[in-house]
Amino acid sequence: MIRIGAFLVGLFFSGWLLVSAAMGAFTFVTTPSAPTAEHEFHKKPKDVDFSFNGPLGKYDRAQLQRGLQVFREVCSACHSLHYVSFRDFAQLGYNEAQIKTIAQEWPTEAPSINPETGEATTRKPIPTDKIPAPYANDIAARAANNNAAPPDLSLMTKARHGGSAYVYSLLTGYQNPPAELKKKFPDSMPGKTTHYNPYFANLNLAMPAPLNTDGQVTYGEGSPKPTVDQMAKDVSAFLTWTAEPKLEQRKRAGTAAMIFLLIFFGLCVGAYKNIWADKKAHA
Amino acid sequence: MSFPWANEYKPSTAFTRYLDEKLPLPRFVYNAVGAGYPVPRNLNYFWNFGVLAGVALMVQIISGIILAMHFAAESTVAFASVEHIMRDVNAGWFIRYAHMNGASMFFIVVYTHIFRGLFYGSYKPPREMVWHLGLVIFLLMMATAFMGYVLPWGQMSFWGAKVITGLFGAIPLVGEPIQTWLLGGFAPDNAALNRFFSLHYLLPFVILGVIVLHIWALHIPGSSNPTGVEVKAEQDTVPFHPYYTAKDGVGVAAFFIVFATLVFFAPNFLGEPDNYIPANPMSTPANIVPEWYFWPFYAILRAFTVDFLFIPAKLLGVLAMFAAILLLFFLPWLDTSAVRSGHYRPLFRKFFWFGLIPCIVVLGYCGGSHATDGIVLISQIAAAYYFAHFLIILPIIARVETPKPLPNSITEAVLASNAGASLQPAE
Repeated sequence: MIRIGAFLVGLFFSGWLLVSAAMGAFTFVTTPSAPTAEHEFHKKPKDVDFSFNGPLGKYDRAQLQRGLQVFREVCSACHSLHYVSFRDFAQLGYNEAQIKTIAQEWPTEAPSINPETGEATTRKPIPTDKIPAPYANDIAARAANNNAAPPDLSLMTKARHGGSAYVYSLLTGYQNPPAELKKKFPDSMPGKTTHYNPYFANLNLAMPAPLNTDGQVTYGEGSPKPTVDQMAKDVSAFLTWTAEPKLEQRKRAGTAAMIFLLIFFGLCVGAYKNIWADKKAHA
Repeated sequence: MSFPWANEYKPSTAFTRYLDEKLPLPRFVYNAVGAGYPVPRNLNYFWNFGVLAGVALMVQIISGIILAMHFAAESTVAFASVEHIMRDVNAGWFIRYAHMNGASMFFIVVYTHIFRGLFYGSYKPPREMVWHLGLVIFLLMMATAFMGYVLPWGQMSFWGAKVITGLFGAIPLVGEPIQTWLLGGFAPDNAALNRFFSLHYLLPFVILGVIVLHIWALHIPGSSNPTGVEVKAEQDTVPFHPYYTAKDGVGVAAFFIVFATLVFFAPNFLGEPDNYIPANPMSTPANIVPEWYFWPFYAILRAFTVDFLFIPAKLLGVLAMFAAILLLFFLPWLDTSAVRSGHYRPLFRKFFWFGLIPCIVVLGYCGGSHATDGIVLISQIAAAYYFAHFLIILPIIARVETPKPLPNSITEAVLASNAGASLQPAE
């Protein structure tokens, strides 16, 4: 009885799936779905060699500091960094006094409350503050940016396929739309408020190229030349740190854990062989 | 417990003698996973995965309890509280990554455990109850994992919750009220997050309880083994401790090496980047996908694209997805072959390795991919095979197949394979 029932249920599900497949295949052949602009023009992130790649990779402190500078002078005009505090910059190699100065000189003030009147106000940030956002709220962010709110960047390198390489590719990927795009997909051409970038999921994004001229940011002495490529790399490294500040501790702990576990594994194999010796020998 | 030659627990100190009289807990453990449990001597490494699943559950419970101390189950701050754990809690990143990847490890070992059972016929009498309780654990795990994934309140959490609870919306007439009732609202929100947190904390302990039943039921007939031949005499078995505790030690060490590789060197490899974007009900992700362990079932859900008479395709998909798991409960009566182990079943083995396994892999791949026409087509064919395999092919194989001769006993099988091994160098 069970087997007859099962047979019928199986016949129904499998049969109907094959009928659906046949119908799908038929439409697939007769009316193939039109290729999309994204399918043809979207590009995978470039290969970038970051110091933090690989199982033993580490952050390059000088690069993170340059990246912070790019973020402060360029990105922070529109993007927030909600989950990062000024005090966290100690991990970039700054001392307490330097962090205090960075906070004091930050382009945006921190929201506060007037202790006498209770009214909302702003004040100069202090090290324990989170990085102040450029806009008071989402609506303000939308209003100032053609209805496209600039996303928070704290976790950006973990929130996109391709991670750090994606951010770098996007920043260096702006270009004029190819002639072929105009010919084949006129609807996918950038509009008045969007900009063509083949690394972006739907090819056109609201953000204009933020890094557009070499030397846009003036790096300190002994730093590499601030080309667009270099700045993009530095800020991508910085945003990797904001997304994964514990990367170095993690890899260090991982190395120790692996050494321990390999020894433990060896001991377990030894114990196993020892205990089973009599059973295996005259089994 | 089950065999007359099982070692008996002998308390050796005054205290253990006293304890044995008042509360024989050490005796219970001794008989369950100690020297008092005789186990077939020929188990291979696939028999490690039951213990590994237990280890994975303990890892999840311990890391989860610590996470719950720092997590805030409130929709406006849940995401930020996870970031607080990742950044400001001492070793919080470790606990959180361990819990995140621990879920994947749990499913890896449980899937291996299930496929071990499928290949070696562990679901057959006298162990049907063990199999059924195992499936109950599997269902509870799926519910727990789903609700846990909602808690960080990222984009995939939110949209995953919406899609999965939306499945209940496919039920005719009462579907939508049920969905609203489950969520505590018309869409996932604070009420849903809170109840998911509550249940996500509860269910692992229910799983623990069912595991006790699973092991209890197992100890009545005793463990199965790769030959599928039942234990006949004392020389067929060894005491669980120290023989299998030692062998499980090797498995546990290997388990932790894989686990540590994920946690320390590729913690987000198995995750979906979209879950690092805070939940936003106004913005639908381009591709809503569950975690990898649900991909095969998700592919079956999406494979139904055509209405059948008055049954909408969506409802068919939901029914099929649940049927794909529930049919496993009927396995003891579908596969009627008297031979348990796939080793001695030439036809069964072919369908297992060249039918079922590729079919599940393909379904998994399709479930994780963007549902293009081609992907849907492939998943339809693979899903058709999945149902046919269990519901049609297995019962037929059991009737038509001529199994290979079985060894007379476990010991004979071990002696034969040892002899084979020692003969090899001479060749």
